[in-house]
Amino acid sequence: MAFQKTKTPMREQEPEERIKNFDEVPFGYSDQEAVVEAERCLQCEHQPCVEGCPVHVPIPQFIQAILDGDVVEANQIIKSKNNLPAVCGRVCPQEEQCEKVCVMGIKNEPVAIGRLERYVADYNMEAGTDKSSPAELEKMAIPELEGKKVAVIGAGPAGLTAAADLAKYGFDVTIFEALHDTGGVLRYGIPEFRLPKDIVDREVEAIKDLGVEIRLNVVVGKTMTVDELFEQGYEAMFIGVGAGLPRFLNIPGENLNGVYSANEFLTRVNLMKAFKYPEYKTPVVVGDKVAVVGAGNVAMDSARTAKRLGAEDVYIVYRRASEQMPARSEEIHHAEEEGIEFKLLNNPVAIHGKDGRVNKMECFKMKLGEKDDSGRRRPLPIDDSNWMLDVDTVIIAIGQNPNPLLTSNTKDIETKSWGGIKVNEDQETSRKGVYAGGDVVTGAATVIKAMGAGKTAAENIKNDLLNKSKK
Amino acid sequence: MYEILEKEVLAPTIKKLKVKAPLIAKKTEPGNFIILRVDEKGERIPLTVADYERETGIISIIFQEVGYSTKLLGKMDKGDYIQDIVGPLGHHIEMEGYNKVVLLGGGSGTALLYPKVRGFYEQGAEVISITGARTKNLIILEDELNEYSDRVYIATDDGSYGHHGFVTEILKDLLEDEDDIDLVVAIGPVPMMKAVADMTEEYGIETIVSLNTIMVDGTGMCGACRVTVGGERKFTCVDGPAFDAHQVDFEELMNRLNFYQNEEDLVHYKEVEEDN
Repeated sequence: MAFQKTKTPMREQEPEERIKNFDEVPFGYSDQEAVVEAERCLQCEHQPCVEGCPVHVPIPQFIQAILDGDVVEANQIIKSKNNLPAVCGRVCPQEEQCEKVCVMGIKNEPVAIGRLERYVADYNMEAGTDKSSPAELEKMAIPELEGKKVAVIGAGPAGLTAAADLAKYGFDVTIFEALHDTGGVLRYGIPEFRLPKDIVDREVEAIKDLGVEIRLNVVVGKTMTVDELFEQGYEAMFIGVGAGLPRFLNIPGENLNGVYSANEFLTRVNLMKAFKYPEYKTPVVVGDKVAVVGAGNVAMDSARTAKRLGAEDVYIVYRRASEQMPARSEEIHHAEEEGIEFKLLNNPVAIHGKDGRVNKMECFKMKLGEKDDSGRRRPLPIDDSNWMLDVDTVIIAIGQNPNPLLTSNTKDIETKSWGGIKVNEDQETSRKGVYAGGDVVTGAATVIKAMGAGKTAAENIKNDLLNKSKK
Repeated sequence: MYEILEKEVLAPTIKKLKVKAPLIAKKTEPGNFIILRVDEKGERIPLTVADYERETGIISIIFQEVGYSTKLLGKMDKGDYIQDIVGPLGHHIEMEGYNKVVLLGGGSGTALLYPKVRGFYEQGAEVISITGARTKNLIILEDELNEYSDRVYIATDDGSYGHHGFVTEILKDLLEDEDDIDLVVAIGPVPMMKAVADMTEEYGIETIVSLNTIMVDGTGMCGACRVTVGGERKFTCVDGPAFDAHQVDFEELMNRLNFYQNEEDLVHYKEVEEDN
């Protein structure tokens, strides 16, 4: 039988429909579609996909379990390495990781590993079999570690992953979260139509079931300090507080009304559910003409959110060219389908207003010059090319820096010049027993990289405390 | 969930709640604030901690009912629970090194002023408090101010109590008569804080204002609270809420405070009225 050369397509909401709602865009595979796609896996012996995955999910094995008709087992295989499969199946950049090195992908399209992961996770959530099995947990448990306290700061992807693994080892784990809800960027950043919040809830529930306690509304650095946590008997700590400090353009007019950081805009809509205003009481003002500055995933999320909130014209304004956009191609494609207009090679230099509200954004047209430090061709302004874009809302989505709230209030944790926490290859900071990972270390990166760091830290905390208890 | 242990109506639209929040009570210093969410669907709103008892783990919040959420909070009673409270947030005010301090509070701003009055008094500074409101029954915390001030002046717009006029007029007289004032603290409506800042600048006296901007997270994440201070962008939540009054761009602040006014007017007020 000839194999299928392309990925089994995933059905999704039509663009003209979905821009009127916040429901998830793709529907996920049916059982039959999943099997058809699973059959495409070559089950190669050297398994490059596993190496391509930051948390080393045994990919061919879980795909084989789908083919064997045991989707519950498939989930256990994924969960042995990945504590948030339903999240990763949706938001991981598989095209940069596992699918990039898939042998099938050399001549054809790679196996749709992400879609299969999502299928397995959703199937098990639906069936109520999404928790780690006792057998799986027994494998990881270490009796000597039982009852030892470890604190995790931040309930985002890095913290949740670290907490889950630490709990599986046997530690008594408490997560301290500054916001009133869990998930970090999964909750406040990624919109409902890309990652439904009941999926996040479900994943968090599974982690709580491992015995992890989550304390909301605690800002470590303010409500409590790292020193106090040590005094309370926590023997080690993992910091995963993310990159929450929004960057601005530093151009005139940025404090006019109608100018948002992407963080503010998305937090209002996602965490505070402004898309259900006035049922939920947090408002968000979106005009008719919205410019989103930047071209990463956060920019695409902001643009697509603005569209769904009723904006007529939504623009992505980006100073570089199309091939340099940092967003996933899938997200760019979705944005294009939804009628987002791309104003590439345009650099905003000023925001103009009337009566305190934005009404125009002034841009310079750009051209590409030599390669810069990032390996991308540097955008250069074209003389006298400035022009005005009519807008009533501007969303700045040019990245975030690590939030300094914790580090500025904690002794002995060294940071880099841009605020990232310094760690060694074990994810340990300059302070003994304090580990860190995720965006607070790397600057804004991906969910899965943060999870990988959380995993590494958990393992090293385990080794560290195990050695200590043996002394 | 945070239990309301006591409720007191200080003026028709100004209420005080004592709430059990031990971690916050333990850490709060004058000038810190909290963010609360009344219920599951509520906004996150910033409120100054008016008072705190470290031993009992109780904090007091005083607020004026100005929008949907504060009105909803005002309807809550002893025994009710507030969904979320997080804090203490922001920097507290540095109180050491001042000998004679004038503190002005306008309207419910007096509630925010009170912990600073007490703080400076307990530091040993000579404290002069000036509180003002539209009319007599809106004057709050008079007893508390008396307890922790060397002198208290009161002003009402309609002359029903104390000086007939504005708090700034009393300040003007003090600045004229007494040349040993080394700090002025003003908390209240933006026009009042701006007027104070303009006045004290002429006299070259250090002045602090505490800003009540729009906020969402309160931890430096969203930037909704950004203000221009000395030509630089500052976040009120993590860099403030107190700033050098002579450096604050009040015009911009006023504009930003009005951004959500339509939403408040159109939906929030209507809903509350319908409930009533």
